[in-house]
Amino acid sequence: MKISIERGALLKALGQAQSVVERRATIPILSNVLIDAEGDQVSFRTTDLDIEVVDRAPAMVERPGATTVSAVMLHEIVRKLPDGALVTLAEDSASGRLTIAAGRSTFSLATLPKEDFPVMASSEYASNFSAKAPVLRRLFDKAKFAISTEETRYYLNGVYMHVSTADGGQVLRCVATDGHRLARIDADLPEGATGMPGVIVPRKTVGELRKLLDDDDAIIAVSVSETKIRFATPAITLTSKVIDGTFPDYTRVIPTGNTKRLEVDATEFAKAVDRVATVSSERSRAVKLALDEDRLVLSVNAPDSGAAEEELAVAYGDEPLEIGFNAKYLLEIASQVDRENAVFLFNSSGDPTLMREGNDTSAVYVVMPMRV
Amino acid sequence: MPALCRDCLTTFDAGTRCPACRSPRVLSHPELFDLSIAHMDCDAFYASVEKRDNPDLRDKAVIVGGGQRGVVSTCCYIARISGVRSAMPMFQAMKLCPDAVVVKPRMRVYVEVSRAIRAMMEDMTPHIQPLSLDEAFMDLSGTTRLHGAPPAVMLARLIKRMEEELGISGSIGLSHNKFLAKIASDLDKPRGFSVIGQAETHGFLAKQKVRIIWGVGTATQTALEQGGIRTIADLLRWDRRDLGARFGSMGDRLWHLARGIDTRPVQRDEGVKSISKETTFFEDTGDADLLDGHLWRLAEQVSDRAKAKVLAGRTVTLKLKRADFKLISRRHALDQPTQLADRIYREARALFDAAPDKGPFRLIGVGISDLCPGDQADAEGDLLDLNATKRSAAERATDAIRARFGQDAIIKGRALR
Repeated sequence: MKISIERGALLKALGQAQSVVERRATIPILSNVLIDAEGDQVSFRTTDLDIEVVDRAPAMVERPGATTVSAVMLHEIVRKLPDGALVTLAEDSASGRLTIAAGRSTFSLATLPKEDFPVMASSEYASNFSAKAPVLRRLFDKAKFAISTEETRYYLNGVYMHVSTADGGQVLRCVATDGHRLARIDADLPEGATGMPGVIVPRKTVGELRKLLDDDDAIIAVSVSETKIRFATPAITLTSKVIDGTFPDYTRVIPTGNTKRLEVDATEFAKAVDRVATVSSERSRAVKLALDEDRLVLSVNAPDSGAAEEELAVAYGDEPLEIGFNAKYLLEIASQVDRENAVFLFNSSGDPTLMREGNDTSAVYVVMPMRV
Repeated sequence: MPALCRDCLTTFDAGTRCPACRSPRVLSHPELFDLSIAHMDCDAFYASVEKRDNPDLRDKAVIVGGGQRGVVSTCCYIARISGVRSAMPMFQAMKLCPDAVVVKPRMRVYVEVSRAIRAMMEDMTPHIQPLSLDEAFMDLSGTTRLHGAPPAVMLARLIKRMEEELGISGSIGLSHNKFLAKIASDLDKPRGFSVIGQAETHGFLAKQKVRIIWGVGTATQTALEQGGIRTIADLLRWDRRDLGARFGSMGDRLWHLARGIDTRPVQRDEGVKSISKETTFFEDTGDADLLDGHLWRLAEQVSDRAKAKVLAGRTVTLKLKRADFKLISRRHALDQPTQLADRIYREARALFDAAPDKGPFRLIGVGISDLCPGDQADAEGDLLDLNATKRSAAERATDAIRARFGQDAIIKGRALR
């Protein structure tokens, strides 16, 4: 194999590929990227056995062929090369090394045989549809903060993507929860997604997917089966296993009878929460919200370190209420709000609270209160 | 050389017998009246209490421990002649000493005696650091004028009082730091009083095996041996940095201790680090139902203790000992601290279910660690398990009922398994 490729194109292609590689892989070949040159393009493939990414780039192929080298090392080399350099990758099968040459720099990396590289078994996808990048970006970005890291409830370690109904119509819905807070984000159902099986997309896949979604004009081809999900752009294909488990029935968690309504400027609210939480030194930082006629008093009382209090002008017209929350959870949901005011709906100090942006029900958050 | 009669507490200048009462129990040491850090260790504590309360046992070998399957908690000095040691499995102890009288531990009585000893120590100094029911460090620095007698005299008086008022004997180690005081108390047991002065520290330590260092167990000993270190003299030949590089923070500690340097103060309360309970079975078992019952009862005991001390734990630990004594330990970090039996039980049960080994086991234990104040415990509910809130309310109600009508007023069916 021998190819020449512009440094920028190579770096971009490798950037996505190398991030899938596990830094502490126990099987040596999993640290490598499979470089495959054919026709007028080269592809870079990496896997951690759960996620596989293939990244393609145009290249001048002098001699077709394939080999594998350390993904991280190759990426580092290319990253350090000067901008605009023309990079030549040449495999010397006699010495078993890959030579990387650019300008006056030459590197030679050890290779492993391409036959040893594990390729994810292809599968039949039950559902294929296309979605605009910004739609998927919103679905996953707004849900991912609530993904659980708790290994015992492994089925919560991802975003549950499925088809549901809202306001009489069908929607594509993403839900994530860790038992303390929950995010439920809806988008119009893309054409062709009607019969899509519900799948739990793992946390790492959500992170990798994010890099495909930066371009506002990109159209993402999504394929879903019971066991796998694939996201593809013309240049990149990301295939991932989904979490083998049943996502709990989240609908009964979302309160429907909460009537006490608080409306507050989300940015001001988040800043105030952040300020008062400073004095609390403990890991579980409880913030108390005291509500009364258009007035919200946020307070923290940490016996061993100090106390803080801040008052905010808000819209609240129901009976007085005192309720506590974990400051971190409040901050996280408040920062999801970017266009309108945050609307909180409370029931009592012991019941789950609902938060949404204005009257928009396409993104709702639930947070469990804390005893204060 | 300053000397002290341990029977009548007379102090005098050298001699092998007390000039006042002619007793031969004379203690003399050049630094006797200058040293002030002491370690007191009762002699065969549980067994001594049993002999005190039942004079028939006086001349018999007595082993305090649990059942056929348990281990020796304490054995008297008569039993020790046959080779019985504490922590030895009971069957082995009985083989060595078939005539021994086995007594079940009466913890309540031991706690009472321990409190009485503690009160006597409080009369001498506020700087007491108990290590267990029957041993404690004391720092008597600066008390000479208050008591009108140097620490050595006060310590001899303490032992005398313990013998006369409580019928319990103990041994004293007196030195210039905790490390050496603890070593000293063990040198001349029972009814001992040993002194390690500044001047003799290095000479004394150089002769000792590394095993004598508190905290050097079998594992560390093996590691040290691989580095060619068997005695403290071997340790002294090592450079401080090399020890640190090879044994980490332990290396630095060893470097200091080998030189008799120990700056840890005698601290009144080092704080509880974990709360745990365990039980050894009469017969090894792999019966999941039976083990489940044990898990619940242990979780409840741990929870009771945590509630009493107003503490909560962020980590739940499950301990299992297999029939071949192999220890399996599993831990799980919680996202919020707990003191509830229900939560501790559920976590322990999940750990048990996830453990690859299904028994038979000879021991099971449950514990919590990474402790924090109890008022932060269980403050958040679980969205996906709304019954958890109800169960926790039920547990609080159960606690209230028990506080009023007694521990057995209300129990879970699970506890009967």
